[in-house]
Amino acid sequence: MSAAEAQTATSAAAADRSARRERRGAPPGEPRRVGYVYVAPALVIYAVFLLFPLVRAVQISFYKWDGLTLGSWVGLRNYADILADPALRAAFGHAAVLVVFFALIPTAVGLVLASVVARARVRGLTFFRTVIFLPQVVAMVVVAVTWRQIYAPDGPINDVLRFVGLGDLARGWLGDFDLALPAVGMVGTWVSIGLCFILFLAGTGKIPRELYEAARIDGAGPIREFVSVTLPAVRNEIVVALTLTVIAALRTFDLVYVTTGGGPGNATTVPSYEVYRRAFELGAVGSAAAIGVTLTAIILLLNLVIARIGEQP
Amino acid sequence: MISARERTLNYVVLVVFAVYALYPLVMIVDLAVSPDLSGDAAGGLANFEGAWEQGRFGTYLRSSVVVSALTVSIATFLSILSGYAFGTMRFPGRALLFWTMLIGIMVPTEAIVVPLYFDLRTLDLTNTYVALILPQVAQSVAFGTFWMRAYFLSSSRDVVEAARIDGAGHWQTLWRVLAPMGRPAIVTLTLLIFMWTWNEFLIPLVMVTSENLRTAPLGLAFFQGQYTSGVALLAAGAVIVALPVVIVYLVLQRHFIQGIVEGSTKG
Repeated sequence: MSAAEAQTATSAAAADRSARRERRGAPPGEPRRVGYVYVAPALVIYAVFLLFPLVRAVQISFYKWDGLTLGSWVGLRNYADILADPALRAAFGHAAVLVVFFALIPTAVGLVLASVVARARVRGLTFFRTVIFLPQVVAMVVVAVTWRQIYAPDGPINDVLRFVGLGDLARGWLGDFDLALPAVGMVGTWVSIGLCFILFLAGTGKIPRELYEAARIDGAGPIREFVSVTLPAVRNEIVVALTLTVIAALRTFDLVYVTTGGGPGNATTVPSYEVYRRAFELGAVGSAAAIGVTLTAIILLLNLVIARIGEQP
Repeated sequence: MISARERTLNYVVLVVFAVYALYPLVMIVDLAVSPDLSGDAAGGLANFEGAWEQGRFGTYLRSSVVVSALTVSIATFLSILSGYAFGTMRFPGRALLFWTMLIGIMVPTEAIVVPLYFDLRTLDLTNTYVALILPQVAQSVAFGTFWMRAYFLSSSRDVVEAARIDGAGHWQTLWRVLAPMGRPAIVTLTLLIFMWTWNEFLIPLVMVTSENLRTAPLGLAFFQGQYTSGVALLAAGAVIVALPVVIVYLVLQRHFIQGIVEGSTKG
């Protein structure tokens, strides 16, 4: 480097420094091309192992492909099948049923629990919170293995039924055509309640005590108090809880794979399970990709809609 | 004030739900230490030994430890770097790049696992740690970038300026000043990624056929399919698989719960 060049470089650096100083405190940051270097490693792995496969999934979904030989272009046929094929329609229908068990019931129960805690200062709250949230951290495969035992023909539910003289009702719950899906759903309820509870707890924790006192002075009962004090305060948390649990319901895979394998018959197939079955067991890779893309689209849309609802005052 | 009757009722409600949450878990632990009709399970801690050998859980745990340790450390490190850039620096295309990564939080594994499998198979990479780890790193950095950016945005500009006046470059500012101050955020991120990776099922199920690479949850699912002579060893296996995350959760539950609440409400 010549002396002149070095001179230019130093003065440029000095100018750069002073320019930076002028912008000091101007959030949210300062101009730095070095940012690309920091972002690059994460971005590259993300692009290669998530973004690219997503684009490929869209591409594959336009083909009829068995995963081995050359595929043939079928346009939107795989998507049309989701609407037309009774087996696929059933899978999405089952997912809708699971939404009730994974999202609606736990949200309602979580609200009741959180408002119970919000009204009266509860001693030992940390204990209750830790325990009620526990099912969320247990691997879903373990949860599934556990609930299979609970639903087993000689499991505790049937033991209780026999004990109280209702032995006629005892059955293998997961093998029953009508009851297998609700039985799987109840497992989701058990898992989701903890998540809803802690989210709402975070919301009610922000409510000033005075609001409850004021409501009580005005003669509000527990229900009135719930509707006019607790509910508005946890509005955002309800939105978040519904988003997370609805998505969990739509994505159910491990649970179905381990408990029922989609059976009996097709009684508990769900979209994620169909993705797996079609891609890796039936050799219908294009159809599997189309289901995956549809699932992604539904989840993105749901996030948008719910974010919009959350923004409204 | 709240009446004594209502207070009692509140406790009853909480206790009922605590028992509801605990019962299945207590039951599986109880099954795990009980003898059963198979003749393989004598009861007590010997059942865990039985499961360890017959169910090959030793192998599965080793694979799970390798996958989790690498996924957690790579993803956390890369998330700190990218979160730092998105949170404290301005560069053209910043917003676009950030939103692109944010989409990754919402993309379900089901959508990407199919093309991933077939493309990795073409490259002869299925049945490797690469296939187990890098897709999970990709999912984790999407959340991790979002999570660490929120921390860096909230970090004090004054501290950064002070470090710079002391002559620290952007690299030192990050590792000597901001990262140590952000320990709680980093610990929480580590915990969440650990939990997700340890419990992941679909990616190992699709990517791995070799028994040596099977992760613990996958091993448990296979054990359930193959071992049908009794429930004690199966239950013992289930406990072994769940225990690492449960222990970490019980020790650091504040971090966990705060992480879940903030991670999901910040968006």
